[in-house]
Amino acid sequence: MDTLLSSEGDSQRTQYPYVTGTSVIGFKYKDGILMAADMGGSYGSTIRYKSVERLKQVGKHSLIGASGEISDFQEILKYLDELILHDNMWDDGNSLGPKEVHNYLTRVMYNRRNKFDPLWNSLIIGGVKNGHKYLGSVGMIGVHFEDDHVATGFGNHLARPILREEWRADLTFEEGVKLLEKCMRNLLYRDRSAVNKLQIAKITEEGLTVSQPYSLKTFWNFAAFENPTVGATGSW
Amino acid sequence: MLSEAMDSPKLGFNFDLYTRNHMLLTKKGLKPPGYLKTGTTIVGLIFKNGVILGADTRATAGSIVADKNCEKIHDMAPNISCCGAGTAADTEAVTDNINSQLKLHRYHTGRESRVVTALTLLKTHLFRYQGHVSAALVLGGVDLTGPHLYTIYPHGSTDSLPFATMGSGSLAAMAVFESEFREGLSREEGINLVTKAICSGIFNDLGSGSNVDICVIEKGKKEYLRNHLTPNPRTYISSKGYSFSKKTEVLHAKVTPLKELVNVVEVVGDAMEE
Repeated sequence: MDTLLSSEGDSQRTQYPYVTGTSVIGFKYKDGILMAADMGGSYGSTIRYKSVERLKQVGKHSLIGASGEISDFQEILKYLDELILHDNMWDDGNSLGPKEVHNYLTRVMYNRRNKFDPLWNSLIIGGVKNGHKYLGSVGMIGVHFEDDHVATGFGNHLARPILREEWRADLTFEEGVKLLEKCMRNLLYRDRSAVNKLQIAKITEEGLTVSQPYSLKTFWNFAAFENPTVGATGSW
Repeated sequence: MLSEAMDSPKLGFNFDLYTRNHMLLTKKGLKPPGYLKTGTTIVGLIFKNGVILGADTRATAGSIVADKNCEKIHDMAPNISCCGAGTAADTEAVTDNINSQLKLHRYHTGRESRVVTALTLLKTHLFRYQGHVSAALVLGGVDLTGPHLYTIYPHGSTDSLPFATMGSGSLAAMAVFESEFREGLSREEGINLVTKAICSGIFNDLGSGSNVDICVIEKGKKEYLRNHLTPNPRTYISSKGYSFSKKTEVLHAKVTPLKELVNVVEVVGDAMEE
């Protein structure tokens, strides 16, 4: 088995995602970071799981949101658990902030990609440490960057354009939630793997809260939806 | 054999050159010419008094911008317009063709064209070509039955919608529509929303760019606002303009007037008769 030129002996490495989560959206606001993700876990074209928590706390200062393969996300949470545990064992009054967690995850993702065995996720890490807000994104090939607003998957196409127009640095919590809901509603209408059950997470200097799951109101009563064949009965 | 060629109707593709093209591709390594795609943002919405269509103006050939200010809103009838995305030649040809067919139909019936007529002509044409005519259209107009807005896909399926977007920038534009569309918008609100959606496509999609074209169709009138918004002007233009220092010298001038060389004789009766 010539491992230099062929990959026959390593056929386990090429992966396809099985149970996947769809977009995550996050942006900075006045007091910290706001993030939203729905609770769907799709198995191909079936919406198999409807209570998947895709927003999780990491240490004291950070929040991670993941889309992509759910089992790989669970593995990443295990790595992060170990990271935070070792950090706590130093017991030196210092704790890893979002920037450090982001950097760690970037290295993990990139090194896995180099071994042709990626963790099939797009991650968003946000947090506040010492008054400094941080929001970053890492993908399965190790592409990483920092911005005022980030999204994964479909969120890039449907939510980022809205955020580019309407995001401001001084959004209050209420305005931020309204903006998040606007984006999530868009995704609900136009992303086939979205489910109408979402959680919103907020992280500030004081701490992190992940909301209870709730649904968005949708509107379907356009005249053209109710009667699409006006003027040509029998057509479509 | 001559009569056979004259009788067979000219429908669908002619595959006579298939074997020769296949041989050129495989044996001689000849690359087929690429298409000019419009990589576009096109939108339409129904407002209180009719329909508003919008489009960007960038035409791409691969990753190069081939035309910075092309026209993607085509005329179908005095009361109907159509935006086209996909292969530029296909959208141009198919809208021109159905435009002509509608005109003939108007002469034949003596009536104003209906939007569903344009819709049916376009969809039957596209279905016959099984998706190979790569034209994705947003068709809008106002006829006696009211305002209508349709999307037509390259394989021939159609949808009747209150607001629609097509092209590579359709998701960015749809994000704007889904969050801000309401029924019964006024003309100004409608134009502003369409402009906002096209701008979302222009600034967030790489396949769309340059300017915003708008077409407002109301009962009895159509207004084409070419370059309604130009948000991408050339930033740095040389203040002294362009001047060419040396004019081409004229060394020698010779004028040859065109004059009659043949005398045409008018013959009474049939000149071919012996």
